[in-house]
Amino acid sequence: MTAPLHEPTAKAPPSAEAAPSAAGESAAVDGNTKSVQGRSLGRIAWERLKRDRLALAGGGVILALVVIALLAPVITNLVGQDPDAFHEDTIDALFGTPKGSLGGISGDHLLGVEPVNGRDVFARILYGARISLLVGFLSALVAVVLGTILGILAGFFGGWVDAAISRVMDGLLAFPQLLFIIALVSVMPNDLLGMTGSSVRVFVMILVIGFFGWPYIGRVVRGQTLSLREREYVEAARSLGAGRFHILFKELLPNLVAPIVVYTTMMIPTNILTEAALSFLGVGVKPPTASWGQMLSNAIDYYDSDPMYMIVPGLAIFITVLAFNLFGDGVRDALDPKGSR
Amino acid sequence: MTTQRASARRKQALAAAAVVAGLLTTAACGGGSDSTSEAGYDAANNKVVNAAATKGGTLKFAGAQDGDSWDTTRSYYGFAWNFMRYYSRQLVTYKTEPGRAGAGLQPDLATDLGKVTDGGRTYTFTLRAGSTWEDGRPITAKDVKYGIERQWAQDVLSGGPVYLKDILDPDGAYPGPYQDESADKLGLKAIETPDDTTIVFRLPQPNSDFPQMLAMPSASPVRQDKDTKSKYGLHPFSSGPYKFESYEPGKSLELVRNTQWKEASDPVRKAYPDTVAVTFFSNANDLDQRLIAGDYDLDLSQTGLSPQGRQTALKQHKGNLDNPVSGYVRYAAFPQNVKPFDNEHCRKAVIHGADHVSLQTARGGPVAGGDIGTNMLPGSIPGNEGQKYDPYAIAGADKSGNIAKAKEELAACGKPNGFDTTIAVRNNKPVEVATAQSLQASLKKIGINAQIDQYDGAQTSGIVGSPANVEKKGYGIVIDGWAADFPSVQGFGRPLWDGKYVLESANNNYALIKDPAIDELFDAYAKELDEGTKARMATQINHKVMEGGYYLPFTYEKYLNWRSGRLTNVYMTDAYNGYDFVNLGLKPSK
Repeated sequence: MTAPLHEPTAKAPPSAEAAPSAAGESAAVDGNTKSVQGRSLGRIAWERLKRDRLALAGGGVILALVVIALLAPVITNLVGQDPDAFHEDTIDALFGTPKGSLGGISGDHLLGVEPVNGRDVFARILYGARISLLVGFLSALVAVVLGTILGILAGFFGGWVDAAISRVMDGLLAFPQLLFIIALVSVMPNDLLGMTGSSVRVFVMILVIGFFGWPYIGRVVRGQTLSLREREYVEAARSLGAGRFHILFKELLPNLVAPIVVYTTMMIPTNILTEAALSFLGVGVKPPTASWGQMLSNAIDYYDSDPMYMIVPGLAIFITVLAFNLFGDGVRDALDPKGSR
Repeated sequence: MTTQRASARRKQALAAAAVVAGLLTTAACGGGSDSTSEAGYDAANNKVVNAAATKGGTLKFAGAQDGDSWDTTRSYYGFAWNFMRYYSRQLVTYKTEPGRAGAGLQPDLATDLGKVTDGGRTYTFTLRAGSTWEDGRPITAKDVKYGIERQWAQDVLSGGPVYLKDILDPDGAYPGPYQDESADKLGLKAIETPDDTTIVFRLPQPNSDFPQMLAMPSASPVRQDKDTKSKYGLHPFSSGPYKFESYEPGKSLELVRNTQWKEASDPVRKAYPDTVAVTFFSNANDLDQRLIAGDYDLDLSQTGLSPQGRQTALKQHKGNLDNPVSGYVRYAAFPQNVKPFDNEHCRKAVIHGADHVSLQTARGGPVAGGDIGTNMLPGSIPGNEGQKYDPYAIAGADKSGNIAKAKEELAACGKPNGFDTTIAVRNNKPVEVATAQSLQASLKKIGINAQIDQYDGAQTSGIVGSPANVEKKGYGIVIDGWAADFPSVQGFGRPLWDGKYVLESANNNYALIKDPAIDELFDAYAKELDEGTKARMATQINHKVMEGGYYLPFTYEKYLNWRSGRLTNVYMTDAYNGYDFVNLGLKPSK
């Protein structure tokens, strides 16, 4: 996929083949006559991204979601709802489903109420966004940090270091991670490092999802490093007496930023889905903490009698993952001029 | 998939047959479609629907779960005990009558309910003439003794109730028939068989519920030469009106008439259908749909429709539904080895603080969940007072919880600001988790922060059944339910409340009640032969348990049970808290 060999930035001008083409392309499309020199890759990418409406829309949705998640307590306070409060008066006692149509949607309960206990779905969706985004972002962060460091080391040093790290990556990629997480959660203590209840589960989910995700980034970084380390500018730095540390983090790393960013944006929605799957299977956050996957799982018993209860969290997951994927696609296209669309 | 195709073919065949019948006969067909019932909602609760004596047809059960075993010695499932009456007989059995009368005993293989002598220590039964095995040989007293002796072989035949073993051989002196060194393998001293038609039980201690234990399928006769030990459950040798034709575990089971069985020898069983067929489903929603569509006659497990099927059935086929009690009391127990539940005031704080209506709603509401439970003795047990005994005003003034009283109890317990604890709940049923969440939400209001810990329901005996583990995990509240093995306070409450029944694993006395007054009442109950006094003692035991605040009862569970319009002689019995399978019949097919 990303075979892109991103060109060194202004810092490392020696490479001559591709830089003009990128600059030339952007100049041609821009149609401006200003100097094409001195524009950074980030700048060029941003220019391209700005023209990709779908990506921008995705980015806007992500931004909105983050704001909503951060402000969840404020928003629910404003509409006067508590995600954990029961409202059994809104429930038909005979069937356990919400009174009224569309899952009990009303002025009080904007997205209806949950069957059986009448908790406000709107408030729970907002609080569920916190869990989804927290796990999605932080587990991606864990994966990126681990994957970048180990990938760059494997690619740069080669030899037994590469062999060892590569075999570990192969092993992890072949590992049935979902089963492992389910098993791990069931033997986990209730209290861990001073945390209790759902925090323990969230912490473990972040670590485990991140841990199983790093080889995906690690492989790409390793491959890129392998090709970059033979480049002239690296040779030049080496012949000028630069140390390994300098080459790794000052010469190579900046040129790996593009694929890392692309993979991160692609990884976040996958992690959000994994979190939803785990909660769906009952090994995610603990009740009463709200989570989209858990809501979907509860909704199975009511797919016929209260379809809204399944549609709302389903849409939330769908929109979130779609937004991340659109944005991720846009970022990839922007950073990777040679990538085919 | 295959069953669906088969069903489509069968429907075509039925349609073709109907056309032919229509051409051949001029008489008009009466009645509605096969699956609708004119009897009406809850009609089989306490009376017989469609009384008839028509023979023939195939009675079709649909089960979401196979029996734990079809070996009479090894099953602990209520529906399996109910079903076993098709192919097994006992000395005494439950009356085939609706409601409470159905929990009474009547002679079966025996000619009477037994002669009790020696102050309740000796029971003598005479066997009825003409009772035979499926190969035509007579059922003898030795067969009954051998069948009961199999309870001692727990290493090979685990899983079933062992009441007779505990009562007849409390010290475990007899090694069981498979390690018996006597030639006839009938070495158990407590049972004597002076001749082929007489059997004498000698109890070391009297137990007034002894006849109830003889009515369980685990007291059925088994013929020694047909005992295939651990494989017996795959093809039990029949003493009843039906015998095993085929059995594929988890798929299907079919019984056909036992031609050697004689109606004159059996005062209980009428044997109306020609064939009894069971199909097992892996998906409860699929099962419910097929029941409602009329492809099957009734649910084998007798646990009620799932939420989805409940909706459809209540809205479209209400006349096919009964709303009986399941015999279960659903409750929370407070293990006293977890602080602060060693203090009765903290236990009572939880009872007062809980929102009982919310708990009822979480369990499915008044119809699918049941009436609010106010004490621990369910309605089918003699001595129960129903909702009239309500020491904590659970279904009365405080049914939505009483925060002020709860706070008083918290202060008396020395925890005026509440405390942290953990609720243990099985993870395999959404309704259990919903119950835990309801309790969690109402306890939050009185300052008790409860975490919910969901454990694997298949591991109950090692997780909440181990007091050491309960203490380690800090399970202050354990959510569970219990139904009686036989309808008496001993059959219901002894494992839960008697201090002698606290076990290191597979414990059921979750609250770890060790009250000498309760233990003494149970001992006195076992010796008492007068039914009225027994009932009064049951009431006293129940009061002692409630006064200690060891339990928070949620509901006297009810469920919605599907009855097809084809069925005749349908009624609910308190003996099994489901339809009485053994005498169900079918309307003649048109």
